[in-house]
Amino acid sequence: MGDYFLLAISCIFVNNILLMQYLGNCPFLGVSKKMETALGMAMAVVFVLVLAGAITWITNNLILKPFGFEYLRTLAFILVIAALVQFVEMFLKKSIPALYAGLGIFLPLITTNCAVMGVCLINIKEEYTFVQALVSSFTYAIGFGLALILFAGVRERILLARVPKPLQDTSIGLVGAGMMSLAFFAFKGMA
Amino acid sequence: MAKSAVQEFTKGLWAEVPPFRLVLGLCPILAVTKTLENGVGMGVATTFVLVCSNMLISLLRDVIPKQVRIACYIVVIATFVTVVELLMQAFAYPLFLKLGIFIPLIVVNCIVLGRAEAFAAKNGVVASFADGLGMGVGFTLSLTALSIFREIFGSGTLTLPFISTVLPVFGPSFEPFAFLVEAPGAFLCLGLMLCIMNMLGKK
Repeated sequence: MGDYFLLAISCIFVNNILLMQYLGNCPFLGVSKKMETALGMAMAVVFVLVLAGAITWITNNLILKPFGFEYLRTLAFILVIAALVQFVEMFLKKSIPALYAGLGIFLPLITTNCAVMGVCLINIKEEYTFVQALVSSFTYAIGFGLALILFAGVRERILLARVPKPLQDTSIGLVGAGMMSLAFFAFKGMA
Repeated sequence: MAKSAVQEFTKGLWAEVPPFRLVLGLCPILAVTKTLENGVGMGVATTFVLVCSNMLISLLRDVIPKQVRIACYIVVIATFVTVVELLMQAFAYPLFLKLGIFIPLIVVNCIVLGRAEAFAAKNGVVASFADGLGMGVGFTLSLTALSIFREIFGSGTLTLPFISTVLPVFGPSFEPFAFLVEAPGAFLCLGLMLCIMNMLGKK
């Protein structure tokens, strides 16, 4: 149990997927202008990443590995993730319309979110067991959501500030992300 | 859209240079620009995928049904990424180890899919080739610029690409600005570079 707790802490804070591993930056800068969209994206990522983590682990260890098809991993993973996202979208639309209304527009974006694919690859690279892979997928997603929501708060404040013209928008966003990353960097000292 | 292939090529170098003008594909540019060698290696790998997938998609553009086009593009791109992965394992193994998961992650690099959807799906093979090459070279140049800055000031050295020779730039008494090679420095450098590009590229 203690191991899982440590894994969780390291995935959420020490190796934060956005600010320390530099994955998923396009949605990070794209949807962080408003708190609502940031919340929607964070929830959609948590939802999809846990499913994707589980399914890609199964694909890799039960299908690709026994048959020696590991060189097809990239192709297999992206197809599995794309199919999963499509399936989740259809399922939500049909059976939980309220949730679909909240997450809907973010789901197609997730296929090309490198955080999802990245975490699935990290799970394989670190040779996690199934439960470890589940924990790491979930907590990486939580870390993603945490950073995204905090950053959306920062960006809403930046809107009120007078920023020099060339620095506006993405540029000041990146500088702000650098400052946040510096704060998360402090967690490295704990590890 | 009667532009020549040369114009399609040059627009990727400045007017629409991928990571800056179209804010796409930021993850690799932040992650692999710690050293010049990594930056250039990643740029070349991405260029290869961009050019090949652009050409193939442009050839297949009348065959692919509209409804499933994104899935088809992803399969084409993933195939070429696998080709790059295997080629790098065979001929540039140390670089492959350094770039790690960022090579398979070219699949989800928005630039590649973005060009397929926005350009190759509507234009001929020659124009798509030029577009892919231009975008790829522009991307490689941006990675090169950022990684030269970060490596020289962050570690005080310069690793020459392809031959892996480490050149000391400032000599032994230089205290490296280690902040720059870590994550916070990456964000900060990219933000400031974007700012400089905005200043230079006034409409």
